[in-house]
Amino acid sequence: MQDTNQTFKADSDVRSNPIKMSGEKVTVHYGAKQALFDVDLKIEENQVTSLIGPSGCGKSTFLRCLNRMNDTIDICRVGGTIKLDSTDIYNPDVDVVELRARVGMVFQKANPFPKSIFENVAYGPRIHGLCRTKAEMDEIVVTSLQKAGLFEEIKDRLDEPGTGLSGGQQQRLCIARAIAVSPEVILMDEPCSALDPIATAKVEELIDELRENYTIVIVTHSMQQAARVSQRTAFFHMGNLVEEGPTDQIFTNPVDQRTQDYITGRFG
Amino acid sequence: MSPLWLLAAIVVFALIGAALGRNRAVSCVNGNIAELHSRPGYYGSYVMIWTALPAIFFMVAVLMAQPFFNSSIIDSELRAGYSQSCDREMARTNGDADAKLPAICADKEQYETLDTRRALMKSVVESVAVGVSLLDKATADKLHNGLVAVRPTLKEVGVALAEDVPTPVVDAANKLNEAKKTGDYILLGGVGLLLIIGLVLSYLRVSPRLRARNLVETNIKVALVLASSIAILTTVGIVMSMLFEAIHFFNKVSLSNFFLGTQWDPRFTSAGRAGGGEGSFGLLPLIWGTLYISLVALLVAVPIGMFAAIYMAEYASNTVRAIAKPLLEILAGIPTIVYGFFALVTVGPFLRDTGAAIGLDISANSVLTAGCVMGIMLIPFISSLSDDIITAVPQSLRDGSLGLGATKSETIKKVILPAALPGIVGSILLAASRAIGETMIVVMAAGIAANLTLNPFEAVTTVTVKIVSQLTGDLEFNSPQTLVAFALGITLFVITLGLNIFALHIVRKYREQYD
Repeated sequence: MQDTNQTFKADSDVRSNPIKMSGEKVTVHYGAKQALFDVDLKIEENQVTSLIGPSGCGKSTFLRCLNRMNDTIDICRVGGTIKLDSTDIYNPDVDVVELRARVGMVFQKANPFPKSIFENVAYGPRIHGLCRTKAEMDEIVVTSLQKAGLFEEIKDRLDEPGTGLSGGQQQRLCIARAIAVSPEVILMDEPCSALDPIATAKVEELIDELRENYTIVIVTHSMQQAARVSQRTAFFHMGNLVEEGPTDQIFTNPVDQRTQDYITGRFG
Repeated sequence: MSPLWLLAAIVVFALIGAALGRNRAVSCVNGNIAELHSRPGYYGSYVMIWTALPAIFFMVAVLMAQPFFNSSIIDSELRAGYSQSCDREMARTNGDADAKLPAICADKEQYETLDTRRALMKSVVESVAVGVSLLDKATADKLHNGLVAVRPTLKEVGVALAEDVPTPVVDAANKLNEAKKTGDYILLGGVGLLLIIGLVLSYLRVSPRLRARNLVETNIKVALVLASSIAILTTVGIVMSMLFEAIHFFNKVSLSNFFLGTQWDPRFTSAGRAGGGEGSFGLLPLIWGTLYISLVALLVAVPIGMFAAIYMAEYASNTVRAIAKPLLEILAGIPTIVYGFFALVTVGPFLRDTGAAIGLDISANSVLTAGCVMGIMLIPFISSLSDDIITAVPQSLRDGSLGLGATKSETIKKVILPAALPGIVGSILLAASRAIGETMIVVMAAGIAANLTLNPFEAVTTVTVKIVSQLTGDLEFNSPQTLVAFALGITLFVITLGLNIFALHIVRKYREQYD
């Protein structure tokens, strides 16, 4: 196990961007079963980092550690340190509610609340008390929908239920909902796995635009998607981080044999 | 031969048929079972079904028709006998204008005009018939010819009669016995014939190419359809019988008296006598009492039940939930009479004393007592159903809300409860229809006085309680005082049916939401 734990770092870890989040020796246990083994991963600011790997390799688990969504699972225990800027987010002093406002999340299956489109987006600002007047709220909702590239399509039906939108629109609504609370980091857990190619293309385009203002971590099964949207890629295998580096390098010149096998489709 | 023995004979025949059918199927192919269309057991079942079913259906039909047939025989015999005897008596006193009407003619007139008299005579004829059938031949002949008195003779064989009976009754009883005997022969002969025909025909049809498996399958479907039609027909029957009795009631009491009256006073003493004393059957105090108590009960049960459900669905760990949920559901298993004396012995006096301490005049039997105790009874209905409904809200909605930085209670308040609301309303409505139908708690906790009052500290009563007290009195069955129970029953039925349909409609609407 010792040698597989070692992570190959390309270019001896030369970074062009500041580090937004970093995990050191992150381990996760579900009950007696260990799902992550000493993962060290740095996430750069205003970049898209994609986590790839075969099913069950721990990439989603790692993602959910980043905003402590794993807390909702009773049997889950997290070890090691994960820092957002310079704070350890697993420190008992950290307010998990505030953390999740700073590190937002978009899920695999679009999960709009059974409320109107407007209320879906207004939900976050409302619970965090981000705006005092109706006008401010309208402003936030419209800007968030615009940033998510959804506003033009649905501006006439903000009162209709969010669950009535198409799959791709629902997912962009969920992204708008996450943006509305002005997070610093957005975590995306296979956001396009339930979408058709056209909707996928739109969401990918959106991710690329969002990179300007947000740090994005995306879990994906599609290597083409990772190649298209991300600047850095991390390959997970059986609970270990195998290799991490600039996306083009991972896809053209991987260091580890397992990465090579995976991206050429020999397993996974 | 009693129907039970007949049934046993059918079973035996059917089993024999099963064995024969199976054997024939196997021997047709010289033991090479693979050549059969179906497994040998299916051929057995096929013969068994066709042996037993026609006979059973015939038996059921005859047994169901027999009582109607018999009572029509009794009726026509009695009418004929009475007129004959009356005419004879009249002829005897012919020309004597002063002679009073012969007793038998008075009987005749009573029999022809009064429903109750007819029902009574029918049962007298039936018991005489039983008695006569127990007599030996010689005595029976004597009785037939009017040589011995009926009452003492029958007393000797253990059949007690309230009064001596006239000859027409004895004649009718004899006719009834004959009819019964003929009926038995028809039953026995018909069943026997059908058994043999069914067995032979189905046995002969058994061949390797017979699709016995498919034929048996069809019969299973028929059996299932029959079972569900029995359930439906029973419901229809109950409603119909309530409806007809209620219509009887409304023939005697006006609709406005019942539905708009504010006074409940059925006046037991003047039962069914001349027009003025019909009593007042105001439904409003009872409906008001029912709704008032149910409302108080829901005010108690809904908050407690909901909070318990939210705790169990969202906060409790699996271990706590595994223990707490069954414990809460035990409440649902306590018989309501036990809640009743809990109200009577504990809650009622407690509320009265507490009221006295703070200067309120609370009677021990009050809306409040009944409502509180009934509320406790309803807690598990609401908590258990709501718990299931809240748990059914997809985890993705919780994740979505928590992922935006909402706290757990914000998530519950703003996302989960609104999403589960239709289901929760459904559970509350189901609890409400339980509350409306509840009787024992009300009798013991709220009393039986029908008051139209807003004061929750006073005694009221409900529709169900009045149904019980009207039906358990020793009144004639067709007096309005008794029949009102059916009118009350059907009113209650309509209310709870409406609530249930509404609840089911909402629950169904809720189901579609996440698909």
